[in-house]
Amino acid sequence: MAQAFFTTLRSKFHGYAFRKFKNKLFFVLCGVCVVVAVIPLISILFEAVMRGAPQLSVQFIFADGNNGGIGPAIQGTLIIMGLTSLIGIPLGVLSGIYLSEFGQNKYASAMRTLNNIVTEFPSIIVGIVAYSIVVLYITRYNSALAGAAALSIIMIPIVARTTEESLKLVPNTIREASLAMGVHKWRTTLSVVLPSAKAGLITGTMLAVARIAGETAPLLLTIGGSSYFFGGLFQQMDALPLRIYRYAGQPDASVQAQAWGAALVLILIVLALNIAVRLASRGRLRR
Amino acid sequence: MIRKLQKKLKGDNLFKALVAIIAASALVIVLVTAYVLVTGSSLALQTYGINFLTGTQWNPVPGSENFGALPYILGTLVTSGIALLIGVPLSLGIAIFLVEMAPKTIRVPVSYLVELLAAVPSVIYGLWGIFVLRFWLLNNIEKPISAILGWIPIFSGRPFGLDIFSAGVILAIMIIPTVASVSREVISAVPNSIREGAYSIGATKWEVIRHWVLAYGRSGIFGAVILGLGRAVGETMAVTMIIGNASGPSAMPTSLFQTGQTMPSLIANGFFDAQSPVAASAYLGVGLILLVMSLLINIVAHVMVTRVFKVKGGAVE
Amino acid sequence: MSNVTITNPKMQSINLNVWFGKKQALKDINISVKTNAVTAIIGPSGCGKSTFIRTLNRMHELVPGAKLTGQVMLDGKNIYDDDVDSVMIRRHVGMVFQKPNPFPTMSIYDNVASGLRLTGAKKGKNLDEIVQKSLQQATLWDEVKDELKKPGTSISGGQQQRLCIARAIALQPEVILMDEPCSALDPIATAKIEELIVQLKEQYTVVIVTHNMQQAARVSDYTAFLYLGQLIEFNQTTTVFENPQSELTEKYITGKFG
Repeated sequence: MAQAFFTTLRSKFHGYAFRKFKNKLFFVLCGVCVVVAVIPLISILFEAVMRGAPQLSVQFIFADGNNGGIGPAIQGTLIIMGLTSLIGIPLGVLSGIYLSEFGQNKYASAMRTLNNIVTEFPSIIVGIVAYSIVVLYITRYNSALAGAAALSIIMIPIVARTTEESLKLVPNTIREASLAMGVHKWRTTLSVVLPSAKAGLITGTMLAVARIAGETAPLLLTIGGSSYFFGGLFQQMDALPLRIYRYAGQPDASVQAQAWGAALVLILIVLALNIAVRLASRGRLRR
Repeated sequence: MIRKLQKKLKGDNLFKALVAIIAASALVIVLVTAYVLVTGSSLALQTYGINFLTGTQWNPVPGSENFGALPYILGTLVTSGIALLIGVPLSLGIAIFLVEMAPKTIRVPVSYLVELLAAVPSVIYGLWGIFVLRFWLLNNIEKPISAILGWIPIFSGRPFGLDIFSAGVILAIMIIPTVASVSREVISAVPNSIREGAYSIGATKWEVIRHWVLAYGRSGIFGAVILGLGRAVGETMAVTMIIGNASGPSAMPTSLFQTGQTMPSLIANGFFDAQSPVAASAYLGVGLILLVMSLLINIVAHVMVTRVFKVKGGAVE
Repeated sequence: MSNVTITNPKMQSINLNVWFGKKQALKDINISVKTNAVTAIIGPSGCGKSTFIRTLNRMHELVPGAKLTGQVMLDGKNIYDDDVDSVMIRRHVGMVFQKPNPFPTMSIYDNVASGLRLTGAKKGKNLDEIVQKSLQQATLWDEVKDELKKPGTSISGGQQQRLCIARAIALQPEVILMDEPCSALDPIATAKIEELIVQLKEQYTVVIVTHNMQQAARVSDYTAFLYLGQLIEFNQTTTVFENPQSELTEKYITGKFG
């Protein structure tokens, strides 16, 4: 009797019905994994809207730190995005051009590897380096320039990589068509290849800008934060991520609420860029 | 008369030289970083020697300085370990779901949502962490476990949410996009012939995945995990905000529910206020250890992942 | 083996040997290209025809590891001399490729004008006139004259190839090289281009590589047969096809291999 019981039990655990059940079970679990992963995203957006939206008044967005606003932070983020792009995009694109169009040699391989290494630097290290060079020796104190330098360190390798990838997608026959007409290689690269890769270049750059808009650690040690609006490249400056970090650590609940307001603004900027990129690339694929 | 035909032309030469030099910006960054960290930390490393790595004191008060980085090295490893324990199974589940299960219409929006997780700035994870996640974890996980299992050392202490466990959970969420997307590529690259062979002997879909697909992609998935580890190790803001800012011997990670400190959070919290040269040097020393650890992890990860795609010759190059 | 003498050839390869790294692709090629005539290069896959034609406009050297001995003359001057700029050569010797490759970001008009603009040759010239003339010569004008602003890739394959021909012609080269220009096209488009080639030789010298023997027989005045990197026979087309001197040639054109 016991033997029969155990035989039935064993067949229940090895029988086809059980295997089918296990099959379904694990697939449900995988679906659960997806849900569990997406919940934080939804929660973040939800909380940002619920806690941050009430803060969004004209006063909040445009006034400076002494008048209950985060104007300097918004302005600072926009300025740092622009400054960093001014340095990061040209240097990144030109690096990417070298790696793609001239990069079949050992030097280029080495640079490519170093590039990948830099993209994985912890962001606090980037802040330390920018502090040690720019803040200590160039601007003597916290400054917008130092912040831009720090973020450029992050931006250049990313843009270089996406530029290289986009250029490599341009079919070689296009280059040949131009060269065969007696167009110099540099002209071919700039006037024929680069425009052909325009879409990929733009989306890659926009994603890089979105990424640096949200970076905090590099700014912690470099721009200093401020209650006042932008006062010059060599002056302290505020930025949204920094403001959020500072306000989040305050004990005063109304200040904490402002942190959420600032967070909502930052989320809107970053998500807007990301969604714009998505829409742009989907349009391209459809065509 | 044999002639090598790579004729150089002036305008092209100039252009090539210009972009070649600019491409060295990565080299410049690496060299400057190495220089700053190595020279900056030499004072502390010379002063404290091996004790810098094994000591647990952290006293930046001028006059009685003492610096040992062990708690923060361990803190980084422990929080990253928790992140992997929680994040890797979730990521694998997502990857399997997207490759093997999801109908085409769901695949794109779901994978987009997972990618969006990576677009959220770290400081916002931190903000959400201290005001939302913290309390949820505290009330639903930490307090119950502490009540029942608090006698076990790793669950000891009275939890109040800003601790190593919460930091680990937030890191887990943040590494999901990375681990999931690489795992996804690895699983996609498994040749269909493997799957077909398994089906033909009567395996169920799950069995095919578990015993054949994942086994085939073993090293690639391992590489994905190491990549996730690399991201967890370097993550700064979210951890800084939720880990509780402990320092000194009490920062040694003994319990999940105690406050802690990782290498990045230590620097973020304390570097700016460093008063003396040796204190600043100590922070740079921690930075150097952090960078070296991060580099080693990432090199291992890249070697594993690229090997999979080169040798197995899957769909992804 | 060349059984015909051409006086004052437009282009001429003299003892041309070509390597890709260590692998020799062409051995002792001696071919003369007659001015204002169509010269066809035929032979089975891998015989070196594309390699040969790319030595005529110095495109071969763009491949890493490319090596060459011998001479290639354009109007009696060796284009591989040290004082010759390879970029300049390509403005005299234009090329049309196997797969039509109009620039995707440019309109039809801009494609045709691109050579002039990018080489700086547009100074003082009326681009509208040149674009029209080039498109007319390429027998494409009537089909696209109302749609010049449309993207270069919006027209059919055969039209794109004629656009590429117009683009090459706009620079007024002396020689036009064609590397299997019809192999990606349907028979009707092919026929149009073959007609065009016969017209082009009035003003230009044409060298065409083709794996289609009948095409060579239809459009060319002279034919060179290459096999495994060597020149087997070079003569007037009618002679090559009706009275081949070499047994190998005879085997190839009667379809015994290839």
